[in-house]
Amino acid sequence: MIYMDNAATSWPKPESVRQAMDDFMRNVGGNPGRSGHQLSIEAGRLIYEVREALAWLFGIDDPLRIIFTSNATEALNLVINGILHPGDHVITSSMEHNSVMRPLRALEEKGVELTIAACSPQGLLEPEEVDKAIRQNTKLIILNHASNVVGTLLPVAEVGELAHRQGVLFCVDAAQTAGAYPIDLEALSVDLLAFSGHKSLYGPQGTGGLCIRKGVESELEPLTRGGTGSYSEYEQQPDFLPDKYESGTANTVGLAGLGAGVRFVLSQGTTCLRAKEEALMRLLIEGLKNIPGVITYGSGDTRKQIAVISFNIRGLGPSEIAMQLEEEYHIMCRAGLHCAPITHKTIVTFPQGTVRLSPGYFTSQQDVEATVEAIWKIAKDVSKTEFPVADFKSSVSLSVGTNEDKRYANGKGD
Amino acid sequence: MPHSVVLFYSASGALRAEKLLKGEGIGVKLIPIPRHLGSDCGICLRFDDSEETRVRKALEEGGVEIMRICEI
Repeated sequence: MIYMDNAATSWPKPESVRQAMDDFMRNVGGNPGRSGHQLSIEAGRLIYEVREALAWLFGIDDPLRIIFTSNATEALNLVINGILHPGDHVITSSMEHNSVMRPLRALEEKGVELTIAACSPQGLLEPEEVDKAIRQNTKLIILNHASNVVGTLLPVAEVGELAHRQGVLFCVDAAQTAGAYPIDLEALSVDLLAFSGHKSLYGPQGTGGLCIRKGVESELEPLTRGGTGSYSEYEQQPDFLPDKYESGTANTVGLAGLGAGVRFVLSQGTTCLRAKEEALMRLLIEGLKNIPGVITYGSGDTRKQIAVISFNIRGLGPSEIAMQLEEEYHIMCRAGLHCAPITHKTIVTFPQGTVRLSPGYFTSQQDVEATVEAIWKIAKDVSKTEFPVADFKSSVSLSVGTNEDKRYANGKGD
Repeated sequence: MPHSVVLFYSASGALRAEKLLKGEGIGVKLIPIPRHLGSDCGICLRFDDSEETRVRKALEEGGVEIMRICEI
């Protein structure tokens, strides 16, 4: 079996992730921040250490500026609903996921003004498109870091700078990039970074969060209110981090797994992980482009994208291709619209959609070669013309990058 | 040796401070907040009175916000 659906959720997870969750269930088990006994304190300490590992990964000096949610979608809903009010203006791109589009469309009906900056059919955005959309009442710019459909990276560094020059808050949806692509919040002008825990951070499903720049919390209303274990004598929600946004019992077992996942990422180094995925993508893109009848989408340049690619085969529907890949070749991938109709409109594949392939850390060069070969065979079967003989062994080798984040394993973060 | 405790706004703050102070080699222990100091269900950080100057300095330099320090 070949798993090519890491953009939906990474699988398998590192052994240490499973072990950390098992250890929490067997040996810790307390409710974090709720009581003064050892099991509660231990659970709280565990969660604190996950914040610390993430702070190290994202270049944040105060770990308490990271709050946990059940997924990136919840973090994005918190930002969108917590910042925007009727009369405010918000800018997003035409490469967004429904986790951004749906909450924005709902607010639009309540009087929030929305501008969608147009991206090219390759999925690329010119920062200028955002710049010229800024108005006097623009409160927020929210952008995908990388598309979940074609993997193309949006220019978050440039847009962040222009947002800050104009005094507009900037939120980045890093669901697909956190862990897979270097993110340094010290260097980027990003106010809010939403991340998923179960994709390239290798945690379990049901984990995610939001990084909040100092001071931004005064403009961000919580999505939920309730028990925090702090300020219990008051019936009002506390206004300090992380408690302001973390009501109710946490998904501590999930966070135990996420902590192990983030430590795995840190021990490998994002630069190294990225180099491996880039090499796999070169192999995949080159392979697909050489198959007659196959149309690929996106930039086609591995330097401008993460490990996600979409394609179609002339004469076949995306779901038929995905079904053949699974039934005949045991390759797991995702067909359709990928919860991102606006992206598919941008890349001109709406409403039929595409087939998406997303390799991950545990994908081998052989897996990619077998996938290309399977797609070649499917395309050959549907083609009515002469098909050339293909060579599936590529000359691309999996180079490894530097391992700079290894210092975490021996240093500060331990 | 008489003890004091640092009270924090959140349990996460107490955990951050614990790590920071232990890193500075200051002997601290997380304990439930004594009843007479608050009605809260949270935790606070206990230390030897003689360490108060070092505790205050380390927390300030580390950017950890504290509610107050009390003798117990």
